[in-house]
Amino acid sequence: MEVSSPIIEKRIVIEGIAVIGRYLPGLLQALLTNVQLLLALLAVGFAIGTVVALLQVYAGHFLGVPAFLYEWVFRSIPALVLLFLFYFGPLQFGVSIPPFFAATLALGFRSSAYQSQIFRGAIQAIPQGQMMAARSMGMSRVRAIISIILPQAFRLSLPAWSNEFSSVVKDTTLAYAVGLNEILRHARFITERYYNLAMLAYLTIALIFLVLTYSGNWSLGWLEKRLRIPGLEMAGVSGRGRNLSK
Amino acid sequence: MGLVFDWAWLPQLAHGLLITVEITVVCVLVGIVLGLLLALGRVYGGRLLSIPCSLYIQFFRGTPLLVQLLMVYYGFPTWGITLSPIMSGILALGLNTAAYQAEYFRGAIQAVQGGQMMAARSTGMSLAQAIRYIILPQAFRIVIPSWSNELILMLKYSSIVYMVTVMDIMGVGNTIAARHFSFFEVFIIVALLYLALVFIVSQLLRMVERHVQIPGLGEHAEHR
Amino acid sequence: MNLLKVENIHKRYGKEEVLKGVSFELKRGETKIVIGPSGTGKSTLLRCINRLSLPDKGQVWLGGEEITHSKSNINQLRAKIGFVFQDFNLFSHLTALKNVSIAPIKVKGMKKEEAAKLAMEELERVGLGDKADAYPAQLSGGQQQRVSIARALAMSPKLILFDEPTSALDPELIGEVLEVMINLAKDGMTMLVISHEMGFARSVADEVIFMEHGVIVEQGPPQQLFSNPKHRRTGEFLHKITELYGETN
Repeated sequence: MEVSSPIIEKRIVIEGIAVIGRYLPGLLQALLTNVQLLLALLAVGFAIGTVVALLQVYAGHFLGVPAFLYEWVFRSIPALVLLFLFYFGPLQFGVSIPPFFAATLALGFRSSAYQSQIFRGAIQAIPQGQMMAARSMGMSRVRAIISIILPQAFRLSLPAWSNEFSSVVKDTTLAYAVGLNEILRHARFITERYYNLAMLAYLTIALIFLVLTYSGNWSLGWLEKRLRIPGLEMAGVSGRGRNLSK
Repeated sequence: MGLVFDWAWLPQLAHGLLITVEITVVCVLVGIVLGLLLALGRVYGGRLLSIPCSLYIQFFRGTPLLVQLLMVYYGFPTWGITLSPIMSGILALGLNTAAYQAEYFRGAIQAVQGGQMMAARSTGMSLAQAIRYIILPQAFRIVIPSWSNELILMLKYSSIVYMVTVMDIMGVGNTIAARHFSFFEVFIIVALLYLALVFIVSQLLRMVERHVQIPGLGEHAEHR
Repeated sequence: MNLLKVENIHKRYGKEEVLKGVSFELKRGETKIVIGPSGTGKSTLLRCINRLSLPDKGQVWLGGEEITHSKSNINQLRAKIGFVFQDFNLFSHLTALKNVSIAPIKVKGMKKEEAAKLAMEELERVGLGDKADAYPAQLSGGQQQRVSIARALAMSPKLILFDEPTSALDPELIGEVLEVMINLAKDGMTMLVISHEMGFARSVADEVIFMEHGVIVEQGPPQQLFSNPKHRRTGEFLHKITELYGETN
């Protein structure tokens, strides 16, 4: 008994891996939903985040204060609460919106709040003289923002944006809570049939996410190097405060 | 369709809120202890310790918190470790935040390394003494802003424990909402409670930060 | 005819009145140098001229157009006035060539190839044809300032304002910038320059303006103002400046 138990253990593990292997294509198929959601969130977050940051920096109180309030609210409410509000909220009033769409709005707005913080920091880090020089040559404010300020601000934002990327990748799993058919929901097909394979299943998913986050961060690091302005040392801008790089 | 509201929800939600705060505080404390050990392992541990510490950190920072929670709650029992829902929540959150805090510590330790360590050793202190009396006291102060960030992050992320049936504020909200089919009303209240909680805690932390700053030393960057 | 007319400019920052009624004129092809102690409102005056700062009172005319008029098309007017900053303010994300060509493209709507050709010419004019592809951070201070002069020139301005163009430079780099400016003056460019380079003033200025505490104390040809100032304060200031900068020729 005592002698044979490690062998049995080993056999179970090998069988378990075989089972997971059978489910792997399905898991990866479901991962595609996570990736789609990721792209949607980054896009929504980028677009709204940029606008909010610009309002915060350049608009007067009338639009600036609401922009700060927006950022604060969407950063302070947990992702799950937002997901529930955007999915079950309309449902309660008879409006059924697909989980993917609800998640895109809820988590997208949230990411936009974090991204606006990143972009705002970057815009503010650009020396005042850049705007002044652009204006002195006859550029309008909008033109100067588009041609001079934003190209520099986005470059400056990349390290922090890379952190935001990893946060968002991982947070796509939270859409599980509103029934989105993503990778964790798909894992239930395994865990409900093979209760004792739960650990192995979740470890597999963990490994998949390790690949996803680190390859994403690596690519963004590469992009950052490519876009680096020769000779210029740039001070990074901090984002969510959970730094993945290094 | 009219909105529903019942005053009786509030005490229930307040109880959930208490659980949320409890989980957050405990997991951050677990994270501090474990994170500090991991950071020391990475900086001073030599290859034998620093590689596993580093792997741990990368694993927990590179994978979703929810996956980590499900591993603890559904996975650990297959290894013969069965924990209550709340313990699972605290453990998963604690293991997660430890990885992040380890990196804050490591950054802080490396920031005060070098000259400070050399000066300490030159007075005849042992490595352990230098770490204990010179490096760590300074590193702690550097880390404090990151802690407040982390505390607030965990306050929000702790809401995922409802997925393993813990009755935190999210769990209580979910139960009430499902019973009356009043998700909108209940979760607006839950959102407001979180907003208030985050606001109060961040104000408190800001006060603490101001209190422990070393006068004249690196006025740390403001953070909102 | 006057190209630039500045009349009774007042500017206040909070409690402090920086400009207390400044008036002067600038003819086409003329170079005027503004000198005076720091904090006397020289830079503010320059910024009021192209409305980077809005004067509280007074008017500025360029040709027949009033710049200070609230309905004037300020971007169009600014395009006619070059501005060279003390700290260059080159656009850090653009090469030297693009720094020079961006305003012709974006403000004047010039075609890209045409603007690039023009930019190259202007860079060659300031002796930096070989640095077209360098980014600002790869250039020395003197080179950056020359690029910024080329950037101003590319808009074919009627007038260029220089805000202490050499005071952020290491001494050995000042000469190359002054040389470019002297050539500009010789070519008939209209320039208003804040500078304490006395040798430069002597050789190119048609008139020197001495400002203190927000007013013009005295103005006149450099020879007269330097050797025979009418006001006691002008003399004292010039004395101090020669001690500091030396009597350059």
